Amino acid sequence: MYSLAIIAEAVVNGLMTGAAYALVALGLTLVYGVLHIVNFAHGALLTCAMFAVLGMEQLLGIGPYAAILPLALLFYGLGYGLQRFVIGPSSHGEDRNTLLVTLGLSIILENALLAAFRSDTRSLGGEMGFDVVELGPMLLSRPRLVGCAVALLVAALLWLLLARTDTGRAIRAVAKERFGAQLSGIDPRHIFAVTFGIGCACLAVAACLLLPTFYVNPRVGNAFVLVAFTIVVLGGMGSVTGALLGGLIVGVVESLGGLLLGESLGQLGIFLIFILVLLFRPTGLFGARA
Amino acid sequence: MKARDILPLALLLGALALTPLFASNLLLNFLVSALIIALGAQGWNLLGGYGGQLSFGHAALFGTGAYATAILQTTFGVNAWVGFACGIALAALTGWMIGFLSFRARLRGSYFALVTLAFAEVLRILANAAGFTGGAAGLLIKLEPSFANFQFASRAGMLWVVLACILGVSLLTLWIDRGRFGAQLVAVRENEDAARALGVDVLATKLRAIALSGAITGAAGGLYAQNFLYLDANIAYGTWISVEVLIAAIVGGLGTVLGPVVGALALHGVGEVTKGLLGWMTGVDLMLFGVILIAAVAFVPAGLVGALRRLRMRRATP
Amino acid sequence: MILLSVEGLSKRFGGLLAVDKASMAVPEGSITGLIGPNGAGKTTLFALASGFLEPSAGRVLFAGEDVTAEPPHRRARRGIARTFQIVQPFQGLTVHENIAVGAYLRHAGRQAALDAARAVAEEVGLAPLLETPAAALTVAGRKRLELARALATAPRLLLLDEVLAGLNPSEVRDILPVLRAIRARGVTILMIEHVMQAVMNLCDHVHVLAQGRMIAEGPPRAVCNDAAVIEAYLGHGAAARMRAEGGAHA
Repeated sequence: MYSLAIIAEAVVNGLMTGAAYALVALGLTLVYGVLHIVNFAHGALLTCAMFAVLGMEQLLGIGPYAAILPLALLFYGLGYGLQRFVIGPSSHGEDRNTLLVTLGLSIILENALLAAFRSDTRSLGGEMGFDVVELGPMLLSRPRLVGCAVALLVAALLWLLLARTDTGRAIRAVAKERFGAQLSGIDPRHIFAVTFGIGCACLAVAACLLLPTFYVNPRVGNAFVLVAFTIVVLGGMGSVTGALLGGLIVGVVESLGGLLLGESLGQLGIFLIFILVLLFRPTGLFGARA
Repeated sequence: MKARDILPLALLLGALALTPLFASNLLLNFLVSALIIALGAQGWNLLGGYGGQLSFGHAALFGTGAYATAILQTTFGVNAWVGFACGIALAALTGWMIGFLSFRARLRGSYFALVTLAFAEVLRILANAAGFTGGAAGLLIKLEPSFANFQFASRAGMLWVVLACILGVSLLTLWIDRGRFGAQLVAVRENEDAARALGVDVLATKLRAIALSGAITGAAGGLYAQNFLYLDANIAYGTWISVEVLIAAIVGGLGTVLGPVVGALALHGVGEVTKGLLGWMTGVDLMLFGVILIAAVAFVPAGLVGALRRLRMRRATP
Repeated sequence: MILLSVEGLSKRFGGLLAVDKASMAVPEGSITGLIGPNGAGKTTLFALASGFLEPSAGRVLFAGEDVTAEPPHRRARRGIARTFQIVQPFQGLTVHENIAVGAYLRHAGRQAALDAARAVAEEVGLAPLLETPAAALTVAGRKRLELARALATAPRLLLLDEVLAGLNPSEVRDILPVLRAIRARGVTILMIEHVMQAVMNLCDHVHVLAQGRMIAEGPPRAVCNDAAVIEAYLGHGAAARMRAEGGAHA
């Protein structure tokens, strides 16, 4: 049997991983809520961001935490451009096409990274990943603790942005009633691109928080996509608080599942949750019934 | 059926059947792998092109067909052809079950794409962990070339078997395209409520489509197993199969009989050429597939076959 | 004989009672009208009758049999066909293919279905447009297509949801004889309509729905002079005012 302390540690560790997951899911859910599309390139974009963090450290000597702001801005711009000039125009306004175009993007990005960096697995190196904090009987990883705090902060900022700023109001308006918003002078194409940009910026922040304890290879994003999708579905497509809670739940399930069943079957648990939620509660655990 | 419908099919498949007379083994190998994908894409097209239900997880069906064909031979000593037939049936059943669960829950669009992807991943993880699939080490079928074993000493044998499957599926698709089931399936794709009002049983129509789709893509999986005599979870249930059959169908022309075949040949051809030119860049061919997918959606939504048809019509009516 | 009857039908959406214990009977061979102000619940009632929505209470009987639990496609097989207020053509198909989907309900073979579709197209005046893509039709064309598709299922009862809305007066005039001819060959029609001229012209009997309740029924002229109906459309006290004004003018 596992002692209570080990289980408690697994739960807390899961919560901390879950916070990073939540951040990845926030970007996804925001894009879904506004554009009504599932962004299949989300995972590949996360991988790009993680390589960018690696590059900042190795080429410019900028650590992952210092890289948060510049990378968030960079990825905001990247996301804005992608939506405005690639995804938007090539989808002809059909959701089905958007799905396919983002799938195409993810294939391109993933294989471009593969061509550039081979399939080797890399990490930041250094001692950072092993830095621990003692909390009662538990040993907690310091970078994960920081990650958890920053993730919550970003979620709060995002909520403020949506609730209190003009841009946020425009985003919510477009999400609710595209044509109505257009009539009141909002350009939905701009708002779509802004939303996509914010989604990508979330990824950049998540990448900065993940890297101290996580490895990178050109396919690492895939592991996160389905996790993020699960979270988004669990939390209710388009819901910010849902993504946050969903992220924490999935983090804990994965951590406990890994402890009790072993790594690969722990991942299976996530897929099963995903399928079950989609089949029986497609509006999410916290969403209203359709 | 009119001659006009059969002619392109007969010409294309006839020409392909004659290639062993002059082509090198290298070219034949290329054709066999491309045509296996073409068959898988024909299966995808039935559900995705005619039925409008975009699956991102057809690997679940391909892999089931492949594993069933292989395991029945290696573990249970069943004849290869019988194993192949069972593989097709099991893949159809898998498709039906995935459909039953997701269509009953009224999943459509992105949701359906996601849930199919998840089903394929679950099967991949299970196949990678389970003992009877050979786990991560994979599964080898013993090399014993003979017709009874569904193994051929010459490349031409496998090519002809694959072509026969494609011919059969093309005729089936053409028949569906011209009949009640096809009309109802397309109606479901275009507008479910309107179809329902006209007496179409939407759930039953979708289930029939996904089961047929599973049988066809499962057959492609079985052929893959017999052609390469080796399988592992990342090949059979890998995301890549799901994506490749989807791109081939879209590039070739959704909801057309020959589109998936043309698409798969074109895609594989382009892939081989780029690999030849830029082989030192890992994944460059796949990168190009992504570009092709986006370009097809953006500029050639009717696919190669659709574009050709339009060109011919424009020439016919000056 | 009563072909369709709804008995005590209610439909609740959350806190809103869209249809409230509505009952009505449609005699076979009639053209029956269902009128009422916007938001009265007419389309909801149609959705309940055709099986697109499940009632919160009450029953739907078709030709004497309880069909309340049957899904739409089964009711279509029994002979209930509906059109949609917001037309729902199969955009990617031609007019002929659109109608054929309906015809396939009774004909298994392609040729038989296409022939039946052609016959229906002639009946509703779409014959010259058979090969036109549905997406290219005008509003009037789409309304006719909606009608043709429903008719192609060879129904006993046709539920028409505002097939005249959005048409100009001459288009309305053109389609009235088509509807009469459909009835003449034995198809019962229940229609939701706002174009009163058409209701007066066509309907044998009219039911009035307001705020989910049946408030009046009878021959069209009688119903139009019913005080409760006038108030439902024009507001409380309107009937008295009109009577007063009418009296002053007289």
